[in-house]
Formats: sequence, structure tokens, C-alpha cells
Amino acid sequence: MSDNTPAPAPPRRLPLVAVIIGALFFLGLLGLMLYSVSRSDRPDRDSLPSALIGKPAPAFTLPLLHDPSVKVESRDLLGTPYLLNVWGSWCPTCRDEHPVITRFAETKRVRVIGYNWKDPRDEALRWLEQLGNPYMLVLADEEGRTALDWGIAAAPETFLVDDHGIVRWKYSGAITQDVLDQQLIPALEKVEAASRGKARR
Amino acid sequence: MKPLAWWLLLALCLPLLAAAQPMGDPAPLQFRNSGEEARFHALAGELRCVQCQNQSLADSNAQIAHDLRREVLALMREGRSDAQIKQFLVERYGEFVLYRPRMEGSTLLLWLGPGALLLIGATMLVVHLRRRGRAVPAGTDASQDEREW
Repeated sequence: MSDNTPAPAPPRRLPLVAVIIGALFFLGLLGLMLYSVSRSDRPDRDSLPSALIGKPAPAFTLPLLHDPSVKVESRDLLGTPYLLNVWGSWCPTCRDEHPVITRFAETKRVRVIGYNWKDPRDEALRWLEQLGNPYMLVLADEEGRTALDWGIAAAPETFLVDDHGIVRWKYSGAITQDVLDQQLIPALEKVEAASRGKARR
Repeated sequence: MKPLAWWLLLALCLPLLAAAQPMGDPAPLQFRNSGEEARFHALAGELRCVQCQNQSLADSNAQIAHDLRREVLALMREGRSDAQIKQFLVERYGEFVLYRPRMEGSTLLLWLGPGALLLIGATMLVVHLRRRGRAVPAGTDASQDEREW
């Protein structure tokens, strides 16, 4: 560490470590950019990941849309998986999604439950009358209090809950056939395989 | 020029309209006293609206933001602390609702990253300058040239 010995390298050249770190940094930025570009055509690119995935669905007590005197509790739904589809008659995107949900519900692969969010009852009923009711049952959350427990931010949103009441998958925005084939069906297959595995043991 | 500006503003807002929000005329929140109001605004300013992600809960006009504000006030009146209210929202909507993320494993890089980068840069600069200082003895013409930039 004597000050008088000149370094062997010419003074202007960057050390190799700096070049490597710089290159890695640049590659990292490039990777980040490519990742963003690859995601940019996804309709749900702005949606937040659900905080509920892998956790139990919130406990709730909600009236049925078609018969408000009947109250449904979250534990009433345990036993087999179900798909919870959040909609409102004020929501144009829900109207776009409705045929896809209907077609999927008709396959009877899993229970499809409607979650009517912040909607006056008569308007919700009229909407279902016009477009058809694909739901096994429709829960009515007119006040929107329970929706906060589900972490609902906007409609439509769709949750897949397994037979033990654990949230396994969530999608924000309109479900399309692509979303069905590429995301929901694989998630559902996993849920079904898990419950079959347990039944065999 | 003015109408054009308004149209541009409207066009900018269009993507936000794609995800639907419930209709309704939200009634303004009623505060019991100025202390409660001040605490509420301080808290709501630190929480992010879950729908329109670049606004705070205090600023957003979205219906869900109104519902969440009402909930935050209700929780305050139940006697919950600010930390408990934040925890309540994080459990439901995720870490994203906090403008100031908490210090934990997944956010460590976020908190320490900039400092680490600065440290690496500073170390490299010091090493580089020292080496150059050794290579070119002070007082020579070369060092004068070097100093120009």
C-alpha cells in the first residue's frame, strides 16, 4: 500500500469488477423491461395479488338475493369447492363476462355462486332476469361491508375456494375463455387432485 | 384550447373506467371532533386506494375508497390503534395499501437496496480514485489534465 508504486493498469481503465457489476445491472434492467412488456397485454396487469390466496375465506353471514329471509353462512359452503363470482347490475364488465360464466356454470364442474355487490335488490333481480341466472345461489351484499373482508376492490372479481374453505385462486376483471382455460381450469384441477389425494388416504 | 384539455383529461381517465365501480352518492363522513378528524386524515393519507392505485385513500373518489374510509372511521371508534387498522387492511388487501411498506423479509431489498447501491458506487469510486492517485503523482501535468473534468 505504498503511495509511490504506480499501478500496472493504465489509469483510465475501469476495474473488471465494475464492468461486471455494470453489465449485470444493465441485464437486470433489460430483464425487468422484458418482463413488463410480456405482461403488458394481460387485462389484469394492474390488479393487485389477493392477500387471501392460501388463507381461509372470510367468515360471513349474507342473505340470499332471491329470498333475503334465508341467511347463508360461510361454513354452509364447506365440503366441495366453489367459485365465487362478484358482480353488480351497475357493472358493464360483468355483463361482458356473464356469457362466459354461464357457459362454465353449465358444465357443472364446480358450484358457481354469485356475489351481488352493492346493488339494489330489484335491479339485481332484473339483471338476472334479462341475462339469465347461472348461479347455484346468489349472496346479496347490498351494504358492501362483507366485501371488504374478501378484499374486493372492483367488480367483476372471481374467487376459487377449495373444499376446506381455503381461497386458492382469484381473478380481477372479466373472466374470458382464455382465463378459464389457462388459469381457472388448472387451479381447479389442483384443488380436485388435492381433495382426491386426501380422500384416498 | 380549454375544451381540448378537458377532452384529453377525459381520454386519460378512460382506462380507469374499464373496471366498474358501484354507483351511489356517498354521504360525507361525520366527525365527532377535530382530533378524530385530524387522526383520520393522517391515517387515510398513508393508505393507498385499492382501485385507483396512485391516489391515497383520503383523495380517492372511488366508491370502494368511500367504503374503506367509512370502515377506517368505524374501526377508529371501536378503539383500534393506527397499527391495528393498517393490519386490518393489509390482511384483506395486501401490503400494497401501505404507502410506507413495513420492514420485513420481502421488503428488505426495497428498504436497503438504494443504500446498498450507493455504498457499492461510493466504494468503487474511492477505490478507483485511490488507484489513479497512485498511478499519477500529484503536481504533474497529467494530473492537471485529469482534473479538468
